Formats: sequence, structure tokens, C-alpha cells
Amino acid sequence: MKTPSPAKPNPFDMPNKEMGWCPGCGNYKLLDALKGALIELGIDRRNLVVVSGIGQGAKTPQYLNTNMFNGLHGRSLPAALGIRLSNRNLTVIAESGDGCMYGEGGNHFLHAIRRNCDMTLIVHDNMIYGLTKGQASPTSLPGMKTPVQIDGVMLEPFNPLAVSLALNAPFVARASAGDEEETKEIIKQAISFRGFAVVDVFQPCVVFNRLNTYQWFRENTYYLPGDYDPADRMQAFAKAVETEKLPLGVIFREEGRPVYEDLLGIGNTPLRSQEFREEAFEKMIAEYR
Amino acid sequence: MRHYSSDISIVFGGGAGQGIQTIALTLVNVLKRSGCHVFACTEFMSRVRGGSNSTQVRITGKKRHAYVNRIDFLFALNADAIEHLKTRIAPTTMVFADKNQVESADPGHLVDTPITAFARQAGNPIYSSTAAVAVALGLLGIPQGGLDNYLREIFADKGESVVADNIEAARLGYAFGRETALREEIEVEIAVEPEKNRPKELLLDGTAAVGIGAVAAGCTFISSYPMSPGTGVLTFLAQRSHEFSIVVDQAEDEIAAINTALGASYAGARAIVTTSGGGFALMEEGISLAGMTEVPLVVHLGQRPGPATGMPTRTEQGDLSLVLHAGHGEFPRVILAPGTFAEAILLTQRAFQLADRYQLTVFVLTDQFFLDSAGTVPESAVRKEPIERHIVETDEEYMRYRFTPDGLSPRGVPGYGKGIVKCDSHEHDETGHLTENFETRRRMVEKRLRRINTLAEESLMPELVGGSADAPNIVVAWGSNRGVLEESLDTLQRADLAGLHFSQLYPINPSVAALLKGKIVTVLENNASGQFADLLHRELAVSTAHRILKWTGEPFSVEEVVEALREI
Repeated sequence: MKTPSPAKPNPFDMPNKEMGWCPGCGNYKLLDALKGALIELGIDRRNLVVVSGIGQGAKTPQYLNTNMFNGLHGRSLPAALGIRLSNRNLTVIAESGDGCMYGEGGNHFLHAIRRNCDMTLIVHDNMIYGLTKGQASPTSLPGMKTPVQIDGVMLEPFNPLAVSLALNAPFVARASAGDEEETKEIIKQAISFRGFAVVDVFQPCVVFNRLNTYQWFRENTYYLPGDYDPADRMQAFAKAVETEKLPLGVIFREEGRPVYEDLLGIGNTPLRSQEFREEAFEKMIAEYR
Repeated sequence: MRHYSSDISIVFGGGAGQGIQTIALTLVNVLKRSGCHVFACTEFMSRVRGGSNSTQVRITGKKRHAYVNRIDFLFALNADAIEHLKTRIAPTTMVFADKNQVESADPGHLVDTPITAFARQAGNPIYSSTAAVAVALGLLGIPQGGLDNYLREIFADKGESVVADNIEAARLGYAFGRETALREEIEVEIAVEPEKNRPKELLLDGTAAVGIGAVAAGCTFISSYPMSPGTGVLTFLAQRSHEFSIVVDQAEDEIAAINTALGASYAGARAIVTTSGGGFALMEEGISLAGMTEVPLVVHLGQRPGPATGMPTRTEQGDLSLVLHAGHGEFPRVILAPGTFAEAILLTQRAFQLADRYQLTVFVLTDQFFLDSAGTVPESAVRKEPIERHIVETDEEYMRYRFTPDGLSPRGVPGYGKGIVKCDSHEHDETGHLTENFETRRRMVEKRLRRINTLAEESLMPELVGGSADAPNIVVAWGSNRGVLEESLDTLQRADLAGLHFSQLYPINPSVAALLKGKIVTVLENNASGQFADLLHRELAVSTAHRILKWTGEPFSVEEVVEALREI
């Protein structure tokens, strides 16, 4: 567990907050990477909303000194959509675990990509259900035994990167929480990106997932080389379906895609400040005469 | 001699896609402009094409908002229509149909009416709807000029020849209608106010009334998934979204719809979702989230018969218990159920006001019968209430769930002020952070529930819709049954019988107990168990002596309510 240096106080810190995560949990590193990204990007904590669902990863906004909508299990993306469409001056980050996002909230994941709102999705992917004590998640690897999957996981793992690419998500990345610096850089790119940015983050669960440990992720991942071209969608697909060793980094990135807010014609005035249009109302009533 | 005085029922029957809706809409518009009181309601099958559907158009001396079983003139566009409506075809019913099209059916008093031939003669079979409306106007003896003007307006952008052809179809149909009226000795007496005395009126359907109410309330956000009969409100607001800058998102499912609306409301939008029972069942966890987070929300639920898919295009008042108990845990809510179009406009505004003021979910409960029926509303009854805004600018010390004497914490939104707004589905402390502290939990539950007392005191009182409050027998109705109760009581004219209509179902004003004390209470409901009767018992210990219930998927007719009330 790493704590930020007291010499550099981060406005997103909540120093006296009691933590609900286990010692050594990958979520601490991901939280630090996120806070690092936010401060380095100069994001005003009053104009940021972190939206989450339920699970251990979904507790992230509880430990950030910023606006929070900690909603229902699986439903972070719909809530994030409503927030973003009501006030596009807000930076919106949705954050939840693999169970919350790819299981309970799978349908929302698909359609959030299709909408392409300007927001960032960070998935704490530990390939297990932690908070409910160790059942298989959508990304659990086949064969892993759990108290429920007693004969081992039988289902094909959900591939968030390939699914994102299939739906033509404009920004698709994978990070590994053990590598805090690299993860921070990927999150910075995702937040700065204009459009829906998907970041799947490998995040070891030190209590319930004895297979996908820090060491396992180190041994089974590699970073995309410097000359990798993230604009090539077919190459990105090839990377997304690799299983021997799992690629890390920004796998796909396409600039300039129209965002949903623009297509809907949403202006900079937040909906809460919108004036009532008396004249249009009178005109509408007249149509029923 | 057939004499019709001040109450005529015309029914158009045919398959989906045959234009009966267009015919009814045109007729209702022309009649309204002629100064008649009109009411129209529709029953249809869950199909895109074919099937057997019908629309009733009533022309009445007094303003009415109810369905009658009786048919005076039936326009049958195919043989199925006659088969479909045969239980309603009486010896007094005149059936107008093209003999060739209804050969197999035995409609009784049939008038061979070559509507398609008139249309063809005018240039195109597509003008059949116009010809049919004109036949009806001819029978009624209402001048053709109103129809011609209407046709000029609606076909203005289609060019002069289309207008001219339609007017020709109208001429042929009208002449036929007049001739038939003379031959069959039809005499129609409709009380029409001279034009200068007429109050300005609007022609609305239930869907538009709810939609206008939402717009008037300053609604800025709707996220919904289409489901009959609630879809109309989504369509209405989408159609108006540019004029009023309303953000419209068609959600991937109802769960998304409600969570998106709650996100929007958290960020300061005035949000509504519209659905029906099945879609609402999916939203339930979201209702609970709204309860825990104290995020304002308006839910429009257009009821149809359940359980499960039930009868998608039919009507029922079967979801009162659902909205009353929806969502796990204990938290306050308000349920409104308009009985007239004017009331729907006002109550939908009230729903937004209460949701914002009390930071909770307010339900507007309608049904298929209400949403798909149309009638006239005096323009003076359409009121736009001032929009109250309850959002505060936050300071550094802001806490979203600060304890206050009335349990209502000032509502801040993200990005407005110096503070941070934390909103949590877990039990939380004043700052909005999750907590498992038992004392905080005790106080937070109490904080959320406290507003229910104020809401009950402010709850709308039921309205007397017939008879005198001294009558020993009180007939209670709610929501869309207002019109049928009013008309039935008017028909019966019994001094021992009075009607009371509830447009707020929950919480119930405690003063209602005094109104019902010592009365013989009958409850009229479009469901199988008497859900409101049970609620009256639960809330006010009022026992119901009689329950008049109907759960066939159809609305009550005036005739059957009159019959049922005779037994009391």
C-alpha cells in the first residue's frame, strides 16, 4: 500500500478516511494512479464527477475528494450519461469492477460505447468477485475453481477490448495496476481524449484470486512497443484477442469522432440554468386550438 | 323517424392501417371547430397491420369524458369490424359499410355506403378517410365548410390538386350522408353555442396533456425505453425537444432509463421517465436508489393489463399497488392520478414541483384509456404554474445530507458552488459517504421519512363529481374513472348517491377520513381486486361496502356503471 508523499498534498486526498479495501489490494495503486492523473491534468475537483456502481472497485469515489455518484450495481454508465448530458462542463469518469461493468451492467457497457459520450470508463478488472467472496466474474479464466464454480470456470471469458473494438469505441486501452506510473499515463490519455474512452485495468485481488496475482500479471503481460500504431483498428483487434501474453497500453485510438453531446446539440448552459421558453409554450398551446 | 338528441355515438371499425385513426381525428377536429362537445376513445389490437380496431367518437350536449357501449352509427371498413363489434350492434345501430366489403357479415340495419367509390371518383382511393368523415357530417347535418377548411389546412403543403381532390371526396360523401339522413328520417339535435359565446377550447389527448404538463414544469430531460401505452409521452417530448431544449435519450432498457434520469437529476436537470407496468418493474431498484439518494424524479406510468406482457394495447388500473410498494426499503413517495386532461396538465406540473421540493419520486399514474382518448378542454383550464427552483449554490462546507428540522437538506449539484456533492446508494452520513454507524442509520431513515407527514397534509383532497356530500352513499373513483362516474351519477340523478374522485392516491390527506365517516362507500376501479379500496382501508381504516371492478382490458362503459350503481 502506497501513500502519496506528504510534501505534495493532493487536493483529491481524503486523509482521514477509513479504507474498506484489504491490505495490498490492487485498488490502492489504481487510486493513486488516478489521483496522479487528475492532479497532473489540472482537473478542478469541483468540476469532476466520479460515478460508480457497487463492488470493491466501485468504492473508489468514496476515497476521492470530489463529486461522487455511487449508484447501483451495474448502473454507473447510465448515471454517468445523465450527468454528462445535463452539464457538459463536468468531467465525468465512471469507475467500477469487472462484475459490475461486464456482468450486471453489460448492456449499458455496449450502448455507452455506441453513444460515444465524452467520458472515461475505468474498469477495475480483477477477474473475480471480491465483495461477494470469490465467485467467478465475466473475465475469470476457464478452469479456475471457486466456491460456486467447483469444477472450474466453464464460460468463455468476456473480452472487453475486443467487444469495445467491435462496437467501434474510439479509445481502447488496458493497464495493469501494479505498474502505477504507466497506468497513470494511460488514464491521463483517456481523460484527455474527446470521446468515450475505455480503460480495462488489471487489478490483483490479493484475497480471493490466487491465480491472477501481481506476479502472474507481470509474467503474462507486455507493453505495446513505441512504434505501435493505435490508429489501426484491425491491428488493434489482433492485439485484443491475444491470449498468450496480454498487451498493455493504448490499443486503439481514433480522434475526431463526433460525440453524443454534440449530436444532441447540447450547449454549454447546464440544464439546471435553462430558461423557460414562454413564447414557445404559448405557440405550442395554440397548436391545439 | 330516428331522433338523436345531444348524445350521439359514432364508431369507426377496421383493421390497423385502414385509417380509422385518421378518420376519427379529422371528424373530432371538425366537430370541435363547429362548437360541439366531442370525446373520442380508441381500442386496438397489438398489431402494426390488420386485426380489428375501433374508435368511438361521441358528440354530447355536456362535456363528457367517458366511453359508452351504445353505437348509433357504425362505420365498418371491413367484415371483421362487424364481427368484432357484434355484441354492441343493437337494433337501433345503423351500420354504414360498402356492401361488397362486408358480404359475409350480418350487420342488421346496413346502409350500403360506397366510400371507396367516392374516393376513386375524386381521384384516389386514399381519399376514403375524407369521404367517410363527410358521410358522418352529412348524417349529423353539420355544414361541410368546416371539413373543407380543415382539409385546406392539413393538405396545404401537398399542393392544390390534393386539396381539391379531398374536397371533392368530401362533397360526394357529404351529399350521400345528407340523402341518407333524409331517406332514413334521421334527425339530429346538437346543442351548439353560437361562435361568439364559445369559450376558447383546446383539443387534446391524454398523452399530450401529460406532455404539456411536463413542458410547463420546465422538464429538461427524458430517458425512456418504448413501451405501450407510455411511449407517447417520450414521443411527445422528443417532438418538442428542439423548441424547449429537452434532452431526449432512448435508453437501451428501462434500468438504464431510470438510472440515466437519476444521474441527470443529480446534476440539476428536471427529469422524467415514462413507461408501463412491465418496464416499471425493471426500474424498481432505481426507485429505491432515488429514495436513498433523495434525488428528485417524476415517473409517468401508463397502465395496461398485466401480469407480464398482459394485453399490451388494452387498459387497466392494476399497477397502483406496484407503484405504492415499488423499491426495497422504506422511503416516501407521492402518487398522482389525473382524471381529466386539464388535471393531467396541472398534476404533471405538480409532480415536478413536489419531486423538487421534497426530493423524492412522484408518480403520474395514467392508463391506456386515458392516454389514447381525446376531447376538448377549455383553454382557461390550462394553467402554467410558476416554476420553483430548489437548487442551492454550495459552499466549501457543503454536505448533501445535512440534518435539518424538516429532514430536507438543501440540494446542491456538482459544478455549482465551491462545495462537493456526494451522492450514495449506501446508507451514508451527512457528507454522503457510506457508513455502517447504527445511530446515523437511525437518524437518516427518520430524516427521509419525516417529509411524508407534510406531504399528507398538503395532499390534494378528492373532488365531488356528482351528488351532494350529504348523500349516505359515496362512490369513490380514481384516475381515469372520473368521467364515467360523473356521467353515470348524472344519468341516475339519485339524491342518496354522490361521487368522489381522487387525483392524489398517496399519501392521502388525513381530512378524507371525515368525508367518508359514516358513509356507505363503494369503490369503482378498473382492476380485479380493488387496490385503492384496500389502500383506503390501510390508510384511513375506511371499509368499502361495494367494489365495482372490471378487469377485461376494457374501460368501464357508462351503461355498466349505471347498472352497477342501481344495485346500491
